[in-house]
Amino acid sequence: MENDSFLRRNLPTILWIAVLASTYFVLSALITPFTSGITLNTEIVTDRLKEIGSFLFGILGGLAIIEIYFYQIFFREPINRTATIVTRGIQIVLGVLTLIVIISFFNTTDLIKLGESAFGKFVHLPADSFTNLQDSLVKSKVATKDSGAMIAGIIFAAGILALYAVIQFISKPKASRAGLAYLLIMPAFIGVLFLIIYPFLFEIKLAFSNASLGTQATKNAEYGLIYGWENLKALFTGSVAKDAKFFEVFWRTILWTGINVTFHTLGGMGLAILLNRKLAFKGLYRTLLVIPWAIPTTIAAMALRNEFDSRYGLFNILLGNINEWFTTVSLNTANIVGIGNVFAWLAATIGPVSWKQDPFWAFVSVLMANIWLGIPFMSVIILGGLQSISQEYYEAAEIDGATRWQQFRNITLPLLRPVLTPAIILGVVWTFNKFDIIYLITQGGPQEKTDILVSSMYKAAFQFYRYGFTAMFALVIFAILFVFTLIYLKTSGGLKSATE
Amino acid sequence: MSTNSISRFFRWFFFRSRGDSPFKTILIHITLIICSVIAVYPALRVVTISLRPNDTLLTTDLRIIPENATLNNYKEVLFGAPEKNRQSDFFLWIWNSISVVAVTSVISVILAAISAYAFSRFKFPGRAAGLVFLLTTQMIPAGMLLLPLFIMIAKLKMINTSLGLIIAYAVTSVPLTIWTLKGYYDTIPVDLEEAALIDGASRLTVFTKIILPLSTPALAIAFLFSFMGGWSEYLVARVVLQKNEIYTWPLGIFTFAQEFTVSWGQFAAASVLIAIPVMALFLYSSKWLISGLTLGSVKG
Repeated sequence: MENDSFLRRNLPTILWIAVLASTYFVLSALITPFTSGITLNTEIVTDRLKEIGSFLFGILGGLAIIEIYFYQIFFREPINRTATIVTRGIQIVLGVLTLIVIISFFNTTDLIKLGESAFGKFVHLPADSFTNLQDSLVKSKVATKDSGAMIAGIIFAAGILALYAVIQFISKPKASRAGLAYLLIMPAFIGVLFLIIYPFLFEIKLAFSNASLGTQATKNAEYGLIYGWENLKALFTGSVAKDAKFFEVFWRTILWTGINVTFHTLGGMGLAILLNRKLAFKGLYRTLLVIPWAIPTTIAAMALRNEFDSRYGLFNILLGNINEWFTTVSLNTANIVGIGNVFAWLAATIGPVSWKQDPFWAFVSVLMANIWLGIPFMSVIILGGLQSISQEYYEAAEIDGATRWQQFRNITLPLLRPVLTPAIILGVVWTFNKFDIIYLITQGGPQEKTDILVSSMYKAAFQFYRYGFTAMFALVIFAILFVFTLIYLKTSGGLKSATE
Repeated sequence: MSTNSISRFFRWFFFRSRGDSPFKTILIHITLIICSVIAVYPALRVVTISLRPNDTLLTTDLRIIPENATLNNYKEVLFGAPEKNRQSDFFLWIWNSISVVAVTSVISVILAAISAYAFSRFKFPGRAAGLVFLLTTQMIPAGMLLLPLFIMIAKLKMINTSLGLIIAYAVTSVPLTIWTLKGYYDTIPVDLEEAALIDGASRLTVFTKIILPLSTPALAIAFLFSFMGGWSEYLVARVVLQKNEIYTWPLGIFTFAQEFTVSWGQFAAASVLIAIPVMALFLYSSKWLISGLTLGSVKG
């Protein structure tokens, strides 16, 4: 009986394990004859797992230590006077220690420069003692070179945990209303601090520096308001990447965003309206139409980039065929006045285009690619919105004698607004920032005539190594987007609904 | 007169939803078929090129199944070409991508699942500010923080490691995931938790026994979102990873895709191999993906 229920309870798990194991064996049996041609091997896999595992272990350990610290602040209360002094003493020491570690992190990453000053040495004490412990562990053969850091970390953590145990022992529980909320958001807060706030501060600092390849990034960089002013001046008067000027690129960005979002919305709306009815093969159409969105962007961009090849790309083959057809027709109809001329004119105008050399066509090519990629998303969103509109409105309107156009204007559009507005706003922000298509298809060329702001910035940083300049550039782009967002939030009241 | 009739046709075509005449139905079908062809044909071209034998790569042929179709490109991409003494990095790239993106997604879903609960259910000082801050981070271009992140990663000696890329990807992934999950938690009725709390359950029990099980679909969506976001990312990876052994697949595949060369066929084959599972997953989950999108963005 017992056995039976145990088996039955765990049958799905057992089955899954069996399926996974057999898949593994079949796959490895299939691949074994070819392993000599494959660079991936078990050693690489285990090395990576070790690397990531110790990384996660470190993060989790660090977070746990911080969480316990705040847990004891929020939920524990010392039992008497001496306990209070001991507890607060330990907590202050640990807090100062954390502060020192943070400052030393800033120092290592060059946000602040302490150098060899006394304070700099003091700040480096925890890190130095950590390295010393690690070295002595390795020397005394307790740990190997790889595990040294981890074992040293565990020893440090054990020390801190012992202090926590002391606090725990001399305290009693206490209620706290908001404490749990803070404990819950703490890990994400630390993550955001480390990943967003810190880089942002760093960016501001960089913007007021002359950091570049010549100064070895931040190593020998100098900081000051004058450098900020110079970066700003260079941005608006000089070239943003190699030759292109700021305003030229700025207007192109506006054009890029405007054209893309317009086509995405109109195309998406058209398809959604066509699909929002009883129709044979509706599911098939939906699946096929969503394919440009489903293909990984990188693959789509690289595939399209080759389709813009002047001789073997799809578009020039098609244009060439059309041109050939027009030419034949115009030759055959040369005697007929009017028609013959029309076809001759068509044959002369429509034909293969140099997508890569001509700036105009290069820009058209990236626009075509991005429009093709973006329409499905919009149409799916709009279709979802259309389907949520009750059919009763239309029936009532029909009884009142409203035309289809009136129904669309007065029922569909207003009811679609809650879906459409955020989709368009997000579309604008995304398209403004989206340059992977441009970068992969034209690399901003020819002569940077297809660059938009963000792609120029990327080039300034990672092709021309103008770090200080790039940081200022990024701040200006951020300001543009920030103003746009504020206007949007003000007009839509989105901020209020967001925080409610 | 002609503009008028065009606009009348336009209105008739689009804005008549019930009781379509047969003629109009045929027209709609033709339009949809043309649109589907435009949507699918460029993708099919990649399949075509992957099937071409190497000597006919450069051709102006437009057929979908080429002459003398061969699977040679696939074999070479997957298992290398021992006779040419060339090894295949395909599985290495896939493994690099999976290890980076999966870890990023797991970290951000765990962090978000916990903190989004606090944002959704508790009233505490700083809550509104935190939410507005998360909203603004979605407006910041990911590329904007790339330079300081790059310098930070370099100073921490994490260039050319998967850890550096995990950090860079977490920047966009964590706030977005918190936002999505908060939207979902908001839709779960509070009554359920209050009943449990009255019965003496602790907040943590409520969270692990009621909220987490109820939000499994949302957690899956958030994971998928984060995964899709990083999976085909190229620009950040290009900056952080500069060695072939550590390349993720977008970088690796790009080495094939330089121009119309012999490796163009291999690029196509590798693309098909990567795109098919991703597309299958995407089409299968697109319904939930969309509901996740609307949760995160439309609700505001």
